[in-house]
This record gives sequence, C-alpha cells and structure tokens, in this order.
Amino acid sequence: MSAFGVLLSAPADSETCTEIGSHLGNGCQFPAPTAAIFDWAPLATYHLFGVPIEVTKPAILLAIGTVLILAFFFVAFRKPALVPSRTQSLGELGYTFVRDQISREVIGKDGDKYVPFLVSLFFFVWVMNLFSIIPGAQFPVTSRFAFPVGLALVIWVLYMFLGMKKQGPIKFFTNFMFPPGLPKPIYVILAPIELLSNVIVRPFTLAVRLFANMFAGHLLITIFSVGAWYLAGPQVLGWIGATGSFAMTVALSGFEMFIQFLQAFIFTLLTAVYIGGSLHAEH
Amino acid sequence: MSLLADSSIAISGLGAIGYGLAAIGPGVGIGIIFGNGVQAIARQPEAYGVIRQNMLLGFALAEALALIGFVAPFVLK
Repeated sequence: MSAFGVLLSAPADSETCTEIGSHLGNGCQFPAPTAAIFDWAPLATYHLFGVPIEVTKPAILLAIGTVLILAFFFVAFRKPALVPSRTQSLGELGYTFVRDQISREVIGKDGDKYVPFLVSLFFFVWVMNLFSIIPGAQFPVTSRFAFPVGLALVIWVLYMFLGMKKQGPIKFFTNFMFPPGLPKPIYVILAPIELLSNVIVRPFTLAVRLFANMFAGHLLITIFSVGAWYLAGPQVLGWIGATGSFAMTVALSGFEMFIQFLQAFIFTLLTAVYIGGSLHAEH
Repeated sequence: MSLLADSSIAISGLGAIGYGLAAIGPGVGIGIIFGNGVQAIARQPEAYGVIRQNMLLGFALAEALALIGFVAPFVLK
C-alpha cells in the first residue's frame, strides 16, 4: 500500500460501486468515460413505410437548434428598418461578419450570391456545437458523425456542381489535375493526387475535422466532471482534488466555447474556399 | 480468456500511443504556422485579415491529421 492506502477503505466490486457511488474513498476504480457516452437510446420510435425512425437526444437538439436559428433570423429581419432595432443589428452583425470575413476575403465580390448559404451554415454549425456547454443539453450534436457527414455531402454536391457548371464538366477536373507551368513528368504523380484530394479527401476531412473536435472536447469535459465526482469523498484531500477537477471542467468549458466558434468559422471558411475554387479556375 | 483480455489491453494501449505519434507532426506544423503567422502580422499589421485567414486555413489542414489519428483507435478497434 502506498501513501494513498490511508485514504482507501476496503476495495469494492463494480456492482457495489454503482450502488454506493464510485468514489475514491469507497475503494472503487475510476469509471473512465468511453466512446459509449455518445450513444443514446432512442426516446421514441416511429415507423415510416416500414423503416424505423428512432428519435434520440441529438435529433431533438437538432430540431430545437434549427427552430431557434429560424426564429432569431425571422425576428431580426421580419421588418427591416433603416435604423435597425437591437435584434436586427445583431442579425446584421452576424450576416456582415460572414460576408466580410469569409465570403469577400476568400471568394470575392461574386461570392455574395452564396453568402445566405454560408451564413446558414455558420450559424447552424455554431449552435449545434454550442449545445455542448448549454446546461440541460450538454451534448454537441456535431459529435455524432452522421451530422457533419450530411453537411459535408451537401457541400460536396454544391462545389462539384458549381465547378462543372462554371468551368465545364471535363475542364473542371483537368483544371485542378493539370496546373500549368510544371515539367511534364510531374503530372504523372500530381494528377492522381490532386484528383484524390479534391474529390475524396476534401469532404472526408471537412466532416472528420468538425466531428473529431467536438468528440474530443466533449470527452475531455466528461473526464474531468467524472473525475470530480470520483474524487469527492469525506477526506480533505479528496475534496481538494474534486475542486481542482471541477475547476478544470469550468476552464475547459470556456476553452470549448472558443473551439466551437473556431470550428464553425473554419468549416464555413473551407466551404467558401471550395466554392471559390469551383467558381474560378486555379491560377 | 486471459489471452483475449491481454490482447485487448495491448490494443487499447497501442491506440493511445498511435495518437501520440499522430500528434507530433501536426504539433510541429501548427507551431510553424502560427509562429510565422504572428511574425507576418508583426511585420505587416495592415495585412492582418489575409494573414489570419490563411493562417487558420493552414491550421485546419494540419490539425486534420492529428484528429484523424485521434479517431482512428475508436474506429479500428
């Protein structure tokens, strides 16, 4: 027994631990959270043409978030006035942020047509990420892989379609596969790499980046909250540890707020880059 | 039974090591990106917008590698 042996009472098995609470003082093992915390049991199951549709917590959060965003922008721009109300100026702040910081910087003036799409995308991803630290919700919807994949597929279809429309169905592919001004043998290696990176790697990394960031952040916060619960006990040392662990949870929540915003920003920025690349051929 | 338990422990440990290895390259890369980005902003503060945007772009591309390394042990269990 080490110095910690003083703190530990008789070791308990896992069943007793769930009954009396997995605390260090009870001699229980640390109940480390696993990837299983991202699996939700369906709250209700509906059958549509024989296909079971399961409603889970992320799906409900998705619906709430969508309604919230729609309601906010509806209230903000219902009666647009020259001298804007508070809600309207807040909505305009969000819109001009995406237009000036993302669309105009990356695509240019002719990207203004796509700003409504980018604004919707930015606020959708941001709110879905924000659910991670909102009490009661406390689960980032985007940490379920299906949601980023759905978004990435929409973006993939959009930029492939735009590129084929603006540059021609064959020209679009040859434009990025054969950038001019390189020695001929280079193209043997470059062309397949460029094809792979533009068609397959782009949507894949777009989805994985958002998913993995939210997944990791949620897991990190969970580990420290479970740690606070685990360390809490009758001993002074246990309470000090629990307080430290809880303080880490609070600090990480603040850090996560920054990451959530950054990931929504990067997701929209990369979408704008892909759209811009489809509108103008590489030069 | 003990063989099975041992091998699963070994594999989960390998996942953590794999993530550590996957984080080295992107860590260096992100450091270079932000270091040079800050230097560029210090030299030319008026080009802040363009520099920041390209900095975040490079950051996102480098970070993706580390994140794939983070997810891989969960997927390839």
